[in-house]
Amino acid sequence: MGKKTLIPIGPYHPLQEEPELFKLYCDGEIVKDIKWETGYNHRGIEKLSESKTYEQIFFLVERICGICSNSHPFAFANAVEEIADIEITNRAKYIRSIIGELERLHSHLLWVGLAGHFLGYNTVFMWAWKYREPVLDLFEMISGNRNSYAMFKVGGVRRDIEETKIPLIQKVLDDIKIKTDLLTGAIMDDPVIHARTKGVGILTKQDIIDYGAVGPTARASGVAIDVRKDDPYAAYPLVNWKVITAEAGDVFAKAEVRLLEMYESISIIEQCLDGLKKEKEGDISLKIKEIPEGIGNGRAEAPRGEVFHFVQSDGSSSPVRHKIRAPSYVNIATFKKSCIGQTIADATISLAAVDPCYCCTERMAVLYDLNSGEKIMNANELINESVKKTNEIKKTLKSNL
Amino acid sequence: MDIQSIIEKFKEKFNTDILEIIVKNQKRMTITINPDSIVNVADYLYRAEGFRFIIASALHTKKGFEIHYHFSKDDIGLILNIHVMLDMDNPQIESLSNMFNASNWIEREMHEILGINFLNHPNQEKLISEGNWAEGVYPLRKEFKK
Repeated sequence: MGKKTLIPIGPYHPLQEEPELFKLYCDGEIVKDIKWETGYNHRGIEKLSESKTYEQIFFLVERICGICSNSHPFAFANAVEEIADIEITNRAKYIRSIIGELERLHSHLLWVGLAGHFLGYNTVFMWAWKYREPVLDLFEMISGNRNSYAMFKVGGVRRDIEETKIPLIQKVLDDIKIKTDLLTGAIMDDPVIHARTKGVGILTKQDIIDYGAVGPTARASGVAIDVRKDDPYAAYPLVNWKVITAEAGDVFAKAEVRLLEMYESISIIEQCLDGLKKEKEGDISLKIKEIPEGIGNGRAEAPRGEVFHFVQSDGSSSPVRHKIRAPSYVNIATFKKSCIGQTIADATISLAAVDPCYCCTERMAVLYDLNSGEKIMNANELINESVKKTNEIKKTLKSNL
Repeated sequence: MDIQSIIEKFKEKFNTDILEIIVKNQKRMTITINPDSIVNVADYLYRAEGFRFIIASALHTKKGFEIHYHFSKDDIGLILNIHVMLDMDNPQIESLSNMFNASNWIEREMHEILGINFLNHPNQEKLISEGNWAEGVYPLRKEFKK
C-alpha cells in the first residue's frame, strides 16, 4: 500500500448551511476512506426553540438554512397546524406553495451554477447565477426580502400576493423557462459533462434505503419519494405535476433530476397563480388563539429533500420539544458510499452532488502528507485538478473527431 | 395498504409488546411499545413492511426519557411514531444502526445531548461537540423539582 494522504475539506464555508469537516484518506489519487466532523456551528436551535413562543419560532427556524430558508418554517407550520387541527384557507395554501417553488427554482439554479464552476465550466456558473437573480427580485417584491422571507405564520401567511403582481411574476417565469431550456441543453448535450459526471459517485437504490436519503439524491437513484406527492400539504394536491426520477444514481442523474424539476416548479407556480386569481376572496391567515397539548409531525419537501419537524406541545405558548431534521443530515452520510474508490478529482463533485456544501471547495483547506506533515496542495490547486481532468477529456474528444 | 390493516398486522405480531396505540388520522399514528422489543419492531417495519426511518426525537420529561422513532410509509404518506419510555436513572436501549445506517448519526447525537446509551452501536462517539464539551454534561436534560 502506498503513502496515505489526508485531504481535509472544510470546516467552514460561507454558503454551506452546515459547516463540517470531511477528511478524505487517499492512496495516491484514489479515496480509500472518508471521515467527518460536524457541529462546528452548532447553534442549539432545538433548545432555543423551547424558550420561544410559536410565533417567534418561525423567525428562528427560518435562519437554520440560508439558501432554502423557507423550508423550515413550512415544515414547522405543518407540524403546529397538525397539533391544533387547523386547515388554512386556499389562498394561503397557494401563496405558501408559490414561495416554496420559487425557492426550489433559485436553489436548483444555485446548485447547477456551482456544479458548472466546479467542473471548470464557468459559463454555466455565470448563466445560472444570472438567471437566479430575477427569482430573488421576485422574493423582494413579494416579501420585502431577498432571503429569509418571513412569510409564514401559524394559520396562514403574513403577506398577500396582490393581483397586480401576478403579471410581473409570470413574466419572470416565462424568461426562466427559456433560460432553463438553454441551460438544460448546454448541460445535457455536452460530451465533456457526460464524461465527468456519468458513472461518478453512484448511489444504488439499496444505499438510498439504507441511509434513508431523501430528495433529488433519492430520486436520482430511482426511489420516487417526494413529500409533496406522498403526504400532500399546502396547494400541492390542488395542482397537477409529476415527480421526476432517474435510474442511474450518478452525478449526472442528480443534475438531470434537478434541471427537470425546475420545469415542474414553474408549472406549479403558474397553476397556483391561476388559483389565486380564482380565490380572490378569502383571508390569508386565520386567527389562532392557542396551541393545544399534543404532538405534531410536520414535513415539507425542501429543494434538498424532506425537512422534518417534530413538535411536542403541553398546551403552553412554547413547545416542550422541537426536533428538527434537515435533509442534508441523512444525505451527507451517503458520502461513505459515493466517494470511496473515486479519484480526488471526482470525489469533490460526488460530495457536491447531494447539494450539501458545494462551495466547501473554495475553503478546501490544504492537502497534507500524513508522514511528513508537509503541504502538498492548496485549495486552488485542488480545483485545478478537477479543471485539468475536464480539459484533458475535452482534448481527447477533439482529437477523436 | 391502509392504516387499519397495518395496525391489525402489527397487533398480531407484537401483541404483548404494545402498550398504547393512538391514531390521530389516516396519516399520523403513534404506537407506544416496550423498549425491549425495539429491534424486532424496527426490523419488521423496515424489512417486511418497507417503512423508511426518518429520524428519532428524544426528550427528557418528569417520567423519564422518551424516544419517538419516526417511520414513514411513503406510498400512503403515513408517519408512524414508535414511542418508547426509558428509565430515568439509567436510560439505555438497543441500537438500530446495525440494521440501517440512517439511525447512526441520530443515535450518536441522542447519546451526546441526553446521555441515552445505545447498546451495540457500531461507533457511539460524539457527533457534534468532539473535544469542546465537558464529559457527563447533557445539554438537553432538564432539572425537575422534586
